[in-house]
Amino acid sequence: MAYGTLTEIFFYLFIIMIVFGALVAVSSPILMKAVMGLAMAMFGTAGLYLYLNSPFLALMQILIYVGAVCIMIVFGIMVGYTPKQLAAYAIGPKNTILALVTSLLTLGVLQLGLSRTQWVQAQGAGGGDCSLAALGEALMTRYGLAFELISVVLMIAMVGAVAITWNGKRRGLK
Amino acid sequence: MISCNLNTYLIIAVFMLCLGLYGMMQHRSMIGMLISIELILNGAGLNFMAFNRFLAPDPVVGQIFTLFIMGLAAAEAAIAVSLIFAVYRKYQTSDPEQISDLRG
Repeated sequence: MAYGTLTEIFFYLFIIMIVFGALVAVSSPILMKAVMGLAMAMFGTAGLYLYLNSPFLALMQILIYVGAVCIMIVFGIMVGYTPKQLAAYAIGPKNTILALVTSLLTLGVLQLGLSRTQWVQAQGAGGGDCSLAALGEALMTRYGLAFELISVVLMIAMVGAVAITWNGKRRGLK
Repeated sequence: MISCNLNTYLIIAVFMLCLGLYGMMQHRSMIGMLISIELILNGAGLNFMAFNRFLAPDPVVGQIFTLFIMGLAAAEAAIAVSLIFAVYRKYQTSDPEQISDLRG
């Protein structure tokens, strides 16, 4: 089989993964299944990043989203909910009609805009160095501020998460 | 070759955004809403990468932006899960409709 055909087949597979995973993530009343659907959609997106010339971002997607965020949500489900509550949530969704109307309206408007827009390429588009070395160099030089900023945000988020979950009774807090 | 077409990626991103919106409104628990938010952020990241690959001259910018989004999503998930714990401890419920009083 030709190389091009094989890559196309894998592309369709990734799209099917995203669509199926996202559908499971939003429609399953059982939270654990929803997280599994989310992980599947993230995995499919990582596959699409490979087609967008960025294997590093694909690996980061798997590491951060599938590996960290999904595991954290699983912990949230297993620690925060009693089995009785989990059973209660499994009854069914609410506001289905409202949600359906809103999301379909958004989809329609955005699709309309998408189909009517003629995208214009910038000069020299599609070229350039997209290697990991170039990415690291840009992070250290031109986008150093963004790098530092995201580090600070992540650290404050970690400290804040601990502070919020802290029981605080020993210190006289409510 | 639909993998070389910008519109394919944009349609997938729009699809994820709309499903996330749908899920955010119809889920009965806050964790379910968090899952939908992650889906929306994922669609946004894919959008940035697609525009950067097909329209922009410098391929580094979109990657850094998407990495930024990933970091923010991770921070947001950590904060959200801890907030859900705190709310659960105070109200003994995680149904967003029952948590309606301020300064409890």
